[in-house]
Amino acid sequence: MATLTQVEMNIVNGNAGLPVIQVEDVHKYYDLGETKVHALRGVNLTIEPGEFVAIMGSSGSGKSTFMNMLGCLDKPSSGKYLLEGTNVAQLDKKQLAEIRNRKLGFVFQGFNLLSRTTALENVELPTLYARLDKAARQARAREVLEMVGLGDRLDHFPSQLSGGQQQRVAIARALVNRPAILLADEPTGNLDSRTSVEIMQIFQTLNDTGLTIVLVTHEPDIAQYAKRIVVFRDGKIRRDELVKQRPRAAEVLKTLPQVDENDAELAEINDVAVLPVTIETATLNEAR
Amino acid sequence: MDFIAILRIAVQALTRNKMRSLLTMLGIIIGVGAVIATVGVGQGAQQQVQDQIAAMGTNVIFISSGTVNRGGVRVGSGATKTLINEDVQAILREVPTISAAAPGAGTSAQLVFDNQNWNTRVTGTEPQYFQIRDWNFAGGADFTGDDVTHSANVVVLGATVKQNLFGGSDPVGQTIRLGNLPFQVVGVLQAKGQSGIGQDQDDMVYVPITTLQKKITGQDWLQYIIASASSQPASYAAQDQITSQLRDRHRIRQGQDDDFSVRNLADVAELADQSSKIMTLLLASIAGVSLIVGGIGIMNIMLVSVTERTREIGIRIAIGATESDVLRQFLSESVVLSVAGGIVGILFGVVSSITITKVLGWHILISSIAVVAAVVFSMAVGVFFGYYPARKAARLDPIEALRFE
Repeated sequence: MATLTQVEMNIVNGNAGLPVIQVEDVHKYYDLGETKVHALRGVNLTIEPGEFVAIMGSSGSGKSTFMNMLGCLDKPSSGKYLLEGTNVAQLDKKQLAEIRNRKLGFVFQGFNLLSRTTALENVELPTLYARLDKAARQARAREVLEMVGLGDRLDHFPSQLSGGQQQRVAIARALVNRPAILLADEPTGNLDSRTSVEIMQIFQTLNDTGLTIVLVTHEPDIAQYAKRIVVFRDGKIRRDELVKQRPRAAEVLKTLPQVDENDAELAEINDVAVLPVTIETATLNEAR
Repeated sequence: MDFIAILRIAVQALTRNKMRSLLTMLGIIIGVGAVIATVGVGQGAQQQVQDQIAAMGTNVIFISSGTVNRGGVRVGSGATKTLINEDVQAILREVPTISAAAPGAGTSAQLVFDNQNWNTRVTGTEPQYFQIRDWNFAGGADFTGDDVTHSANVVVLGATVKQNLFGGSDPVGQTIRLGNLPFQVVGVLQAKGQSGIGQDQDDMVYVPITTLQKKITGQDWLQYIIASASSQPASYAAQDQITSQLRDRHRIRQGQDDDFSVRNLADVAELADQSSKIMTLLLASIAGVSLIVGGIGIMNIMLVSVTERTREIGIRIAIGATESDVLRQFLSESVVLSVAGGIVGILFGVVSSITITKVLGWHILISSIAVVAAVVFSMAVGVFFGYYPARKAARLDPIEALRFE
């Protein structure tokens, strides 16, 4: 009983000082009838608060499986996964849903916004499951949308937004419940290179305010914006190293040519989005 | 998620596919409409039967002279001569639950007025008769107790007789010939129409019982006694009391058959009521089947919807929806569908009931119970047929769901 209450306490309060993610000798098997797939073969990884980790690897390397496990969408077959000191394996489905809702923010490759639902309503969604009241829901959704530079696009549907804007809505949605970790699965996979750098700039800014970010990508030039790169191959970690000369996305953006001079939205990212991100997330983090 | 947010999301999702939602609802609309219309028709018929029974009088007990076995020959009912005027007095005196009683005997006779004549049944009775049967007068009044005492030549006409002898003119105070005797018309009954078995209840005249016995038939026995109990429950007790009392008075030994029969019209009413209830139930259950078919339509569409929205479900689970959140979301969609269909179906049922009443002239009763039952049942249909698709949605594997194209 005591351990359970401890678990619940951790869900609510978090555990200061502990690593955000602690993975010990994790294995994952998939039973596909005749064949047995050994997707993870003994993974050990510790991620401290404030880290920005890029996970790389070719397809089939186990990085997606690992990401799903970090995101509490999947459980390890064996080994231990501690999220802020909480052993995820001990939690029931409802508690896992609560962790996904409160502790984790997801950003996907395909944006995964609800179509025919406005940007504001998309961002509001996690707060709905957090059972916040309506006023708080809307206030928070507005706040994070302004943070990613979409304060004037609240009532737009995903189909009316560019890919970069859609991904920023997705980021806003991931941030709205003030998570401890942002998990991004190939967030730039569907974007052109300039927009990709813009997204990395948002991530770097968020990370500067103390948000832990784990990013899966197979593009080395995207991974270099992170502080640390972990390379997966055949279900194991092959390389784990710090990025030596980390480029600042904001600087890189200045050197990139504007793709379309007439596209006012792109200019807006440079002018509006960058500054608010720094300020707003700082306050956000304090509030947490 | 709070209730209003769930409802809002459900309505939003349903309005995205307006045509599909409407067609799905149509099953429920027709089902509920059919239930309400058919129950209306059934209850209308039931009401009509009850009205007819009420027209027979209130809590009426009918005692008729019975058969007797004479040396092995059973002479048939109405043949005994043991039921007499004193029995009426005795019943009134000794059976406390009986509030009124009147004798009855009859014959048929030719009636003549002016240049018109008509053959009809003549019933001899007492003034209480009209009170027991709850009959009203169109003109004049019933004859009096004095008329009975003095065997007066007075007559009350049924509406058909009046029509045949007098046409449009007022018969009250006129004198007609009944057989060979002159009779003064004192009252005319209101038309009552056909009885439940198609008899013309208005083709009848009524004279004091004593007049009939002494001046027309010359017989002093009765064919029946009609009595009224103080309440319907009391009528069953009264039936038993009358039976034992009459057995005593007629000196019937134990083991011997009654020489009279006592019928409680409540029994008849109950029987008729039951048969129309069965009809209503039958109609409603046929309509209920269409409601279930409508429910299957909802289940079908919800299954399609869950498959279509697999990705959406994956997203919702990934951002923190619990199984019960997803379950409630899809369940509320099917319930909104079925309840909206139910409400439109009520309107449809009411409108078609009114149309049937107007066009076919049927008597239709729209009962509030049927309306409430239809709403509750359609809601239950929504929950029942929506549960399986909703559970399917809630149990989706989020990883698979997010990969779904």
